Amino acid sequence: MDTQHLTHMANQIGSFFEAMPDRQEALAGITLHIKRFWEPRMRRALQQILQQDAANLSPIVREALQADDSWQPAAQ
Amino acid sequence: MNTQIHDTDFGTPARVSERMVTLEIDGQQVTVPEGTSLMRAAAEAGSMVPKLCATDSLEPFGSCRLCLVEIDGRRGFPASCTTPAEAGMVVRTQSDKLQSLRKGVMELYISDHPLDCLTCAANGDCELQDMAGVTGLREVRYGLAGANHLDSQKDESNPYFSYDPAKCIVCNRCVRACEETQGTFALTISGRGFESRVSPGQDQPFMESECVSCGACVDACPTATLQEKSVIQFGQPEHSKITTCAYCGVGCGFKAEMKGNQVVRMTPWKDGKANEGHACVKGRFAWGYATHPERITKPMIRSKITDPWREVSWEEAIAYAASEFKRLQAKYGKDSIGGITSSRCTNEETYLVQKLIRAGFGNNNVDTCARVCHSPTGYGLGQTLGTSAGTQTFKSVEHSDVILVIGANPTDAHPVFGSRMKKRLREGAKLIVIDPRKIDLVGSPHIKADYHLALKPGTNVAMITALAHVIVTEGLLANDYIAERCEEKSFHDWRDFVAKPENSPEATAAITGVPAELVRGAARLYATGGNAAIYYGLGVTEHSQGSTMVIGIANLAMATGNVGREGVGVNPLRGQNNVQGSCDMGSFPHELPGYRHISDTTTRQLFEQAWGVTLDPEPGLRIPNMFDAALSGSFMGLYCEGEDIVQSDPNTQHVTAALSAMECIVVQDIFLNETAKYAHVFLPGASFLEKDGTFTNAERRISRVRQVMKPLAKYADWEVTQLLANALGLKMDYSHPSQIMDEIARLTPSFAGVSYQKIDKLGSVQWPCNDAAPDGTPTMHIDGFVRGKGKFFVTQYVATDEKITRRFPLILTTGRILSQYNVGAQTRRTDNVAWHAEDVLEIHPHDAEERGIKDGDWVGVQSRAGETVLHAKVSERMQPGVVYTTFHFPESGANVITTDNSDWATNCPEYKVTAVQVLPVTQPSEWQQDYQRFNETQLELLEQAASNEGKA
Ligand code: SF4
Ligand code: SF4
Ligand code: SF4
Ligand code: FES
Repeated sequence: MDTQHLTHMANQIGSFFEAMPDRQEALAGITLHIKRFWEPRMRRALQQILQQDAANLSPIVREALQADDSWQPAAQ
Repeated sequence: MNTQIHDTDFGTPARVSERMVTLEIDGQQVTVPEGTSLMRAAAEAGSMVPKLCATDSLEPFGSCRLCLVEIDGRRGFPASCTTPAEAGMVVRTQSDKLQSLRKGVMELYISDHPLDCLTCAANGDCELQDMAGVTGLREVRYGLAGANHLDSQKDESNPYFSYDPAKCIVCNRCVRACEETQGTFALTISGRGFESRVSPGQDQPFMESECVSCGACVDACPTATLQEKSVIQFGQPEHSKITTCAYCGVGCGFKAEMKGNQVVRMTPWKDGKANEGHACVKGRFAWGYATHPERITKPMIRSKITDPWREVSWEEAIAYAASEFKRLQAKYGKDSIGGITSSRCTNEETYLVQKLIRAGFGNNNVDTCARVCHSPTGYGLGQTLGTSAGTQTFKSVEHSDVILVIGANPTDAHPVFGSRMKKRLREGAKLIVIDPRKIDLVGSPHIKADYHLALKPGTNVAMITALAHVIVTEGLLANDYIAERCEEKSFHDWRDFVAKPENSPEATAAITGVPAELVRGAARLYATGGNAAIYYGLGVTEHSQGSTMVIGIANLAMATGNVGREGVGVNPLRGQNNVQGSCDMGSFPHELPGYRHISDTTTRQLFEQAWGVTLDPEPGLRIPNMFDAALSGSFMGLYCEGEDIVQSDPNTQHVTAALSAMECIVVQDIFLNETAKYAHVFLPGASFLEKDGTFTNAERRISRVRQVMKPLAKYADWEVTQLLANALGLKMDYSHPSQIMDEIARLTPSFAGVSYQKIDKLGSVQWPCNDAAPDGTPTMHIDGFVRGKGKFFVTQYVATDEKITRRFPLILTTGRILSQYNVGAQTRRTDNVAWHAEDVLEIHPHDAEERGIKDGDWVGVQSRAGETVLHAKVSERMQPGVVYTTFHFPESGANVITTDNSDWATNCPEYKVTAVQVLPVTQPSEWQQDYQRFNETQLELLEQAASNEGKA
């Protein structure tokens, strides 16, 4: 999958939730959204981005993805 | 449901009143609501009073003097159409005196009317003829030698109906239909006395006037003066069936009037609740595509898209498609294939396709074109209110005091609802329009928007938050409503957020370009003007913040208490006829029918048991994700039913690259559309006239589609899906779509009470329909929100990445127009091209002049994604800095320019904002030249199909 595109999409999700005054709610919102709407191969690619190109993810997305791994797809 | 061709005409509209009056007509007692005319009361008592200028779709006019009656205790002979029934009246509709008066009236009419009844197109459907019969007219003393209009010129300019002034009786019905029903005011009676005749505009031909060809005048005309050309050609119909329009999300009910298998005309169904007897130029007239010679009626296959097509039997085509899908799954894995359901197919067909994918392919890679139009509606309304649908019926607009239209152009894209809205506006409801363009509603005959917030494209969220700011900071909140029905914490978070100074209209004016005072005025009007209803369209959803904007709309409605009763609400105007239905039917990769997430174990188990399979609990790929996966080599096969993703999806070159990377594309459609030019298997589809099923419109109304002719290619679309499923080993043996609906009802709580029997009985039904609401649910969220407590969300404005630069200094926004529909595959194959034969680029005079562009010049439109060339139309409707086009013709390549930016939550493409440059050019763009070559090759490969029949 196109990692640049996926990074961009993840950051867009981050910008919506970032505005929430409750930081915990925002972080949970990001991971839940990705878990509920992203197909596993997209989430696998996101895992890779997090490991290799995390700098391109916005801080809140990085924090959310690192804080909780429930969004990660089952191992194949 | 077969119906009689001629409906009973009660002469004047039904009245609604709590007070009833009882009177005697021709010796019969009859009780009617107060305000009912004597004419209508008489019809209900069984006496049809002769009439010419009255018809029950229009307010009475009282001009023909044929409907005279006698009333005890009253002098003279009052006209029954304009005299209201009163308690205790004693009325006679028939006497020697009345008969002789009526005969006199008829004699005058007939003396100036050509007596060619035997060869007249209206023979058998002419009220003048009927009245001559009823009044017993036997001779005409004045003769035809006197002054008459028999030599008047016919106006044949409209492709669908003709106007023959010689036959006009100046009853004014057409003029009133154009005003009252359609709201266009295109017709007048010009001239006085004997000279008077109906005239469009300033004595112009119909096609040059303001006429939008809705046909309401044709329907209302009692004679052959305004007559459908199809009736002139085929003669009067002999039977009819009720069905539903296959174009837009209004979902108008129609009577298909037939002669054997031949459609003679489509007339709007008087009892259809979505349209109440009105229609538009598409539904009423543009049905000829169904039998167009370019229909493909034989299945075809080829192994490469550079190969000629080969016509094969159904068995061979299905077996080939199934073996290819199996091969791909064996080679690339279970998740390497998927499918797209159609918003133009029926609920039953859509349900079956998603079932085939989930249960037969074994993955959830199913999506639908709602992805590219209203997916943010699903997300936004689901999150805030708890259900992915509009809250009202169309009729609800009759109770609105303030109408807020955002990013929608109802008079073009949802014309019949547009007419109903205009009627309410003429009655005095206030109007706020939020749209970059000066759409017709902003200023049209007898309608003027109280506020037009002409914002810059892409700044919706800043605008909705500024409106909320005014409501919160000026104390206009519906505090009791919020306290009772909404989540407290989310409300407080939202309230504190919108109240921040940076969200004030003054602060956001720099973003939106709209003066703060206008925003303040509009917010006050929305919050305090009485029942306030929001109607929105793709100008809301098709943005990178589409979902945020839908949420912002729901926030605003909740904050002012405008959800949960008639006259208010949040109403997405759906694009294609069955967008609502296709979403309801589980077309999204993460949702089973009824909007239940695929990860929900209880729901999944219900379907697993019914279907006898194990379902994948993970969401599948959405359409844009499918393209990305295809380009990275993990998505190789697609079953695409009734959609044209190549033309309709953004960034055409990205889409075609993705399709070219796939190994097997199966297209099921009625024409060789743009996507089919990249396909390996073509399965011929059936038009809406050829099958049974249901469509669900924007007000959640489920209506029947009824077969009026056999499928040209043997099978209805649901049968084709069933063949494919069986070939893949998923057993399906439905023998009628009603069985599919029964299965849907068994598995989906909001559809539990839906059946064909019920729809036949009620005419149509709005979901939720179940034990709690056996006759359906016109208004949602009455006692509380579906999700429990309504939830507010903070809506931070985030500017789109499509920023204007020196290289791309203009913003392109796209849309649609009245006469064409979506990719135009249907309407382009009808006479609707008379109104719109090509897509043009609308540009403001200032921008045009700066670039040396004159009206009609060729201009190149270039974005980061690509370039295309169109004719320019210099237009004041645009604001400076913004250009506009439509995407109805493949060769115009509007989507070559649009980018793959998309909504953050749903990947709905940002069609409404693309940064572009526009410059005069002399030749088509490179893409267009490539397209032309590719298209010619594909059409040649199609031509070889018939000759390749049976060849190995
Ligand atoms: S077709 Fe419709 S718009 Fe045109 S004149 Fe008749 S009623 Fe008016
Ligand atoms: S055109 Fe038909 S409806 Fe209009 S005034 Fe003439 S007869 Fe009446
Ligand atoms: S308004 Fe829509 S549904 Fe109604 S006739 Fe026109 S296209 Fe069809
Ligand atoms: S029908 Fe009443 S005056 Fe014409």
